[in-house]
Amino acid sequence: MATLVIAEHDNKLLKDATAKTVTAASQLGTGVHVLVAGHNCGAVAEAAAKLAGVEKVIVADDALYLKPLAETMETLILSLAGKYDAILASATTNGKNILPRVAAKLDTPQISEIIKVVTPDTFERPIYAGNAIQTVQAGAGKKVISVRTTAFKPAEPTGSAAIEKVAAARDPGTSKFLGEELSKSERPELTSAKIVIAGGRGMQSAENFKLLEKIADKLRAAVGASRAAVDAGFVPNDYQVGQTGKVVAPDLYIAVGISGAIQHLAGMKDSKVIAAINKDEEAPIFQIADVGLVADLFLAIREMEEKLTELGT
Amino acid sequence: MKVLVPVKRVIDYNVKVRVKADQTGVDLANVKMSMNPFDEIAVEEAVRLKEKGKASEVIAVSIGPAQASETIRTALAMGADRGILVKTEGEVEPLAVAKILKAICDAEKPGLVIAGKQAIDDDAGQTGQMLAALNGWPQATFAHRLELGETSAKVEREIDGGLQTVEVRLPAVVTTDLRLNEPRYASLPNIMKAKKKPIDEKTPADYGVDVTPRLKVLKVSEPPKRQGGVKVKTVDEFLAKLREAGVL
Repeated sequence: MATLVIAEHDNKLLKDATAKTVTAASQLGTGVHVLVAGHNCGAVAEAAAKLAGVEKVIVADDALYLKPLAETMETLILSLAGKYDAILASATTNGKNILPRVAAKLDTPQISEIIKVVTPDTFERPIYAGNAIQTVQAGAGKKVISVRTTAFKPAEPTGSAAIEKVAAARDPGTSKFLGEELSKSERPELTSAKIVIAGGRGMQSAENFKLLEKIADKLRAAVGASRAAVDAGFVPNDYQVGQTGKVVAPDLYIAVGISGAIQHLAGMKDSKVIAAINKDEEAPIFQIADVGLVADLFLAIREMEEKLTELGT
Repeated sequence: MKVLVPVKRVIDYNVKVRVKADQTGVDLANVKMSMNPFDEIAVEEAVRLKEKGKASEVIAVSIGPAQASETIRTALAMGADRGILVKTEGEVEPLAVAKILKAICDAEKPGLVIAGKQAIDDDAGQTGQMLAALNGWPQATFAHRLELGETSAKVEREIDGGLQTVEVRLPAVVTTDLRLNEPRYASLPNIMKAKKKPIDEKTPADYGVDVTPRLKVLKVSEPPKRQGGVKVKTVDEFLAKLREAGVL
């Protein structure tokens, strides 16, 4: 028996999230297979085949999977599930969308967002927005697990697995992809950026967020936001970091004008270094920040931008 | 069309959660409980559908202890028509919740189920998708905008990197994201009216569902604590510290 990892990709590139999920899958102690469901996704399959620890890549290349929906992915994964004792996906919006359907159909409880494989049947996962860590043991039967990718290192591209083709599974025909609007940005993706600079309610306006974007461009950083900033309409929701948004763990997280509500901390407290700029010395963010700058944030970020320009950072 | 809304009683989102010293769970004694915020959004959306004449009846279901009837009352005060309380003791895993909801769907035949995308206690994010699969229905998770037609729904979904629009055939399950709407506060007259609305009391056995947990929680522990570091007064010092840490 082996472990099946559902690949995350856009038909051209394999997402880093998959390399991290493969690392978690390898810790289950059985062989790892990766399922790439897409259309004209040969390059993705090849990238998956290179990940260390992967024994086999299964490719379902069909127009049906150009934009995989939960319903079509469910039938495909179930058609393969018999051969596996564990099925893993990254806890991205895509993995979260698909995986519980598979678990329900296999009549097995899902273990969501594991952050550690303690033993092949025991896992740690955050609950209450990360304010508590639950250690949970799976029962007999198949395991269905989503993986919080910030907690695992990506598998190295040093392998060479075989690639096997499978036919598309039945289309339930109950849902249809109509379109998507993806934010276009030259900046790195929020969840995989090495540096994230995030703004909160203290930024006061959408205009002011542009100041953060300038610094982000200098640092090759992604821009994030607290829920308060999103609720105030300063930035779109896909910027949101926190319990109800994205979970990030960059090398450096710079929180600007973010007070530090527990729901926000849930999304960034595993960052390697946390820096905060806030004029309120008592802001809770300073209790967890490695470096805190107590200052007027507008003066500070303007000065910071100049200094970074001078240094050509 | 009937709309079914599952609502969960959870620790209020403003409460600082404390892990019990014996590591068996978190301390729920004398802690303020509220409706899961994503479920409030679900109730609001269902009530708006009713106000627009697109839904005929809104049914709020809660699976939990006797006090979960308060959570149902909150939904009734927001405008739901009636409630179903399925009384349970202890933790009920999302799969068991989905099985109970499936049995309720079989009996009530709703055209739409609107559920929260996750509960802020166990952060599992499974119930809506599991219910859709068990019912053999399509789903639209993380809904940002919902347009309900006669036989299908068009839903804008929040995905990593932006928005996706899907069309799902009805009946379907929709799960709510934060930007779907802003839930109303119940007015005093509506709170009074809600007291007279019916709540059916059931047990999992009535639906033939075994709610015994299938996963074993070995312990619940405190997360590793981060210590605050240094506070500085100037941008120069700030940048210097970050360089020292090797991250700039």
